[in-house]
Order: sequence, then structure tokens, then C-alpha cells
Amino acid sequence: MKLLMIAGPPSAGKTALVKQIIKKLMDSIKIVFLKIDVVKAYEDIELKKEFKIVTKKFYSGDLCPDHAGVMVMADALEWAEGNSADLLIVESAGLCLRCAPYLNQGLGIVVLSSISGIHAPEKMGAMVSLADIAVITKIDLVSQAEREVLIQKIREVHPGVILLETNALQGTSLHRLYDLISNSKDIDKETLMLKGNPPLGTCTICVGKKEIGWKHHFGVIQKLDGHVAEYLFRGE
Amino acid sequence: MVRDITIMPGLDKAGVRENFSVITLCAGETVSIVGPTGSGKTAFITDIELLAQGDTSTRRRVLLNGEVPDDEVRNNPSLKPIAMITQKTKCFADLTAEEFLQIHARARGIKNFGIVGDTIELANKFTGEKITAESRVTILSGGQTRSLMIADAILIGAAPVILLDEIENAGIFKQEVLRIIHDSGKIVIFVTHDPVIALLTKKRIIMEHGSVKMVLYRSESEVRAAQNLLELDNRVSVIRENLRAGKTITKDLLAVNFY
Ligand SMILES: Nc1ncnc2c1ncn2[C@@H]1O[C@H](COP(=O)(O)OP(=O)(O)OP(=O)(O)O)[C@@H](O)[C@H]1O
Ligand SMILES: Nc1nc2c(ncn2[C@@H]2O[C@H](COP(=O)(O)OP(=O)(O)O)[C@@H](O)[C@H]2O)c(=O)[nH]1
Ligand SMILES: [Mg+2]
Ligand SMILES: [Mg+2]
Ligand SMILES: [Zn+2]
Repeated sequence: MKLLMIAGPPSAGKTALVKQIIKKLMDSIKIVFLKIDVVKAYEDIELKKEFKIVTKKFYSGDLCPDHAGVMVMADALEWAEGNSADLLIVESAGLCLRCAPYLNQGLGIVVLSSISGIHAPEKMGAMVSLADIAVITKIDLVSQAEREVLIQKIREVHPGVILLETNALQGTSLHRLYDLISNSKDIDKETLMLKGNPPLGTCTICVGKKEIGWKHHFGVIQKLDGHVAEYLFRGE
Repeated sequence: MVRDITIMPGLDKAGVRENFSVITLCAGETVSIVGPTGSGKTAFITDIELLAQGDTSTRRRVLLNGEVPDDEVRNNPSLKPIAMITQKTKCFADLTAEEFLQIHARARGIKNFGIVGDTIELANKFTGEKITAESRVTILSGGQTRSLMIADAILIGAAPVILLDEIENAGIFKQEVLRIIHDSGKIVIFVTHDPVIALLTKKRIIMEHGSVKMVLYRSESEVRAAQNLLELDNRVSVIRENLRAGKTITKDLLAVNFY
């Protein structure tokens, strides 16, 4: 079974891209789809209705959606295999800019919109830098020069990433992506690992203490201008 | 080097095959694309810009020098022989004009940064409101953005193929643009609703329902008509600039001599 992890900020066009991939590949392989989100998601219903494929969603609730994704991934693989899938597509919530859901196998795709601003690729950290492929959507909304400026910016920040541009509503210029997916290797569950280093995610805020100010908290804490517990905080 | 571009037929909006065998455009040729709004003019030049390979909504295919272009040419701006000025008059990149052009020059593999100043200078020839190096591209007016993008396409894009989508809009000095772009040895394609621009090109492609309806060549009498229209258009421009400057229009401004 092949695995596709799709990340990116809300409204970047992740679902629009997933639809194009399904439309293109569903005649030749069996695809199942999992949406991971925090509180609300409709992708599973939408895709099931449109393409008659097996879909599922998972709400992470209080947990970071990427952390939650790691916890449930093994179950998800079993579920996908149980449905005799050739390809599992996972669409993540794209809210946590500190984590990245990509694994050491399969393909990790970050979806970025042309109109999200020139500094977005830098601000998104691991979500961009650990991706195998960056797909830039909504190119129908900006000028050619602006597209090329954004591409250059991403290239300079992340030289290794494969860059593709598309109007995801029409699925333009996605041949290369389809080839990359079709030629990607099957995953091996036994050696599946998270690609990046997740941040340490436990502090007193995590367990529900609401008081404002670092004095009331312990664990992974940081002052506005200071470096308390630097050995623990790994936000950089 | 781009000697020619070949466009292979696709499907119209109803999915019916287009009624031409191939359209070939050669270096030095200027072409206009005309047709009702929504007829697929922008889609046609977008296919060229993307070097479509049956993977756009029109299913057309585009060849460079008779061959399918490499993936790398399609995806890497520094290799792309095509510059396109879109109908868009808005920029989202939070950069100054200078920063924007610098990054774009890097994207296009240009080492000479003098080009940034030259581009801003050229842009100011197309617009009445001055653009400075420090202007943020996000707050430029529609006309200023258009002017900057056209200058950028000419000097930084500097491609052998230039595609222009409705440059007559946004109130820029279009004759100035035409003067600079014409006779440059490039393939220049104008999408236009403006009869002056349509008659200045030797070839006209007429669009309808998402497909090419016909390809026409300019006749002798159209060449003369174009001269008259240019004259008329100059007068209209003078009147427009007078109105913009708060002046009143006198009778002699309105007089036109036809050939
Ligand atoms: N052959 C086609 N098949 C399917 N859709 C098409 C085709 N040609 C154009 N379209 C779609 O039709 C819509 C209108 O086309 P387009 O924007 O190219 O029109 P236009 O002639 O540029 O109009 P305007 O003069 O208003 O700018 C677009 O959404 C475009 O993607
Ligand atoms: N114009 C345009 N709109 C797009 C494109 N891709 C997505 N959209 C629209 O952007 C919105 C968000 O897209 P969606 O796929 O739901 O984003 P997600 O939150 O990342 O899954 C929807 O209204 C889409 O129709 C694109 O390439 N061009
Ligand atoms: Mg979505
Ligand atoms: Mg148009
Ligand atoms: Zn996280």
C-alpha cells in the first residue's frame, strides 16, 4: 500500500488537490481517505459522496492534530489495509506549525496557496521543510511574476523540495504529481517512523491550568523575553 | 531559442473537438485573440503559459519548436521562455517593488541588479501615478500594478514569447506599451477587446464557446482602418488625459481627420 500525507494551512486547497488525485487515479487503484482535524471536518462525507470511496475522519480534540495523527496512524493503516486499499490519503488539519505529519516512507505533500503571502513558507517551518513535494494552488488568482517570486522564495528556503503549481479546481499541470504518486514505494509498517522531531508537548497549560503568566506554570515554560528551561523548549 | 509555438486542438466548453488542425506562431509574429467575454481567450493564452499537455480544462497541447517541452522547462521559471501579463491587478506578496523585482530577477536567473531600477523606470512610462522602489506592491493601484507587471515582463521576464491579457484596461498608456513591444522579434499575443490593438496585429484568432472559431489575416483595407483608428485613439487619449488633469474639453480637441 502507498501512503500520501497532505498538510497545509486551512483553505490552502488540500481537499481540492485530493479530489484531483482521486479523480485521476481511482480507475487504476483503490483509494481510501482519512481526514484528521481538531473539531469539525466534512471532507469524509464530501469525498465519499462524490467518488464513492471509503473515507473516515478523526477528531483530535484537545491534542495537537499532528500528535494525534501519530497516535492513530498504526490503526489507520490497518483500517486502510482492511479495506484492501492500494493508496491511503491522509489530509491533516494543518493548524500546528511546529509539527509535521510526514513519515519516513510514502510521500509528504505540503499545499500552499499563492495568495497566502510571501512569508508563509518561512513561517510554516517543518510543515514545508520536511515535505517531499510542495504544491502551490490558486495560481489562477495571481500574476505570473508573483507566482515566480513565491516559487523562488520557497526554493531559497527549502532547496530540495519538488515544486509544482496548479489551479486545484481544474487540476492543471498535475501530471508530474500523478507520476510521483504512482511510482512511490509501498510502505513497510514495521519501520514506519515520524520524519521530524516533534516538540515536547507537555506543560501545565496542556493539562488545563488557565492562570496567565509563567509563575503559575511548570514544565515546558518560557517567559516573553527570557530563556527559562531552554533545554526543554524546542520551538526554534 | 524559440522559433515557433504549435497549438494542437482541444475541446470546447461542450466537449466537442476544436475545428483546426494546428496553429503555429513563429518568432516575430504578433497575434490578437478576440471574442466575447467568457469565450476562452484567457484560457487560450494560459494554455501557452503553462505549456499545456492535455492537462488543462481545454485539453489543448502546446509544443515548443515542434517538440513536447521538458518538465523542467514547465516548472522552472529561469528556463521558461514565456512571460505573461495576466488580467490580475492585485499583488499579495508583502514586499516593496524593489524587493519583488529583485526576487523575480533571481528566479529568472538574472545577475545584473541594475535591471530593477530600469524596470521601475520603464513602469513609470506606462502610468501617470509614480511608482517608487519603496512602494509596497500590495497597495499599488490597479494601473500601477499592471504597469509594473508589464515592465517586469519586458525586462525581467525578457522572454521570446510575451502574452498580454487585456492591457487596454486599468488606464495605462497602452500605445507606449505597444511601441516598445512591437518589432522586437518576439512572439507577442494580445488578448483584447480593443479594436486598435486587434487591427495592429497581422493575425487574429477568434474565440467562441471555449474554442478557436477561426484564424484571420489582416486585409489591406484593415491596415488603413488601423491607421484611422490609431489617430482616433490618440485623440481619445488626449481627451482622457485632459479630463484626468481637471481640464475642460474644447472643440478643436475633438476634430479628427480620416484618411
Ligand atoms: N475549452 C474549454 N473547456 C472548458 N472550459 C473552458 C474552455 N475555455 C474556457 N473555459 C472556461 O471558461 C471560463 C471563461 O473563460 P476565459 O476566462 O478564458 O474567458 P475570456 O474570453 O478571457 O473572458 P473575458 O473577456 O471576460 O476575460 C473560464 O473558467 C475557463 O476556464
Ligand atoms: N481559485 C481557486 N480556488 C481554489 C483553488 N484551490 C482551492 N480553491 C478554493 O479554496 C477554498 C479552500 O479549498 P479546500 O480544498 O477546501 O482547502 P483545505 O482547507 O486546504 O482543504 C475552496 O473554496 C476551494 O474551492 C485554486 O487552485 N484556485
Ligand atoms: Mg480540506
Ligand atoms: Mg479573460
Ligand atoms: Zn503540534
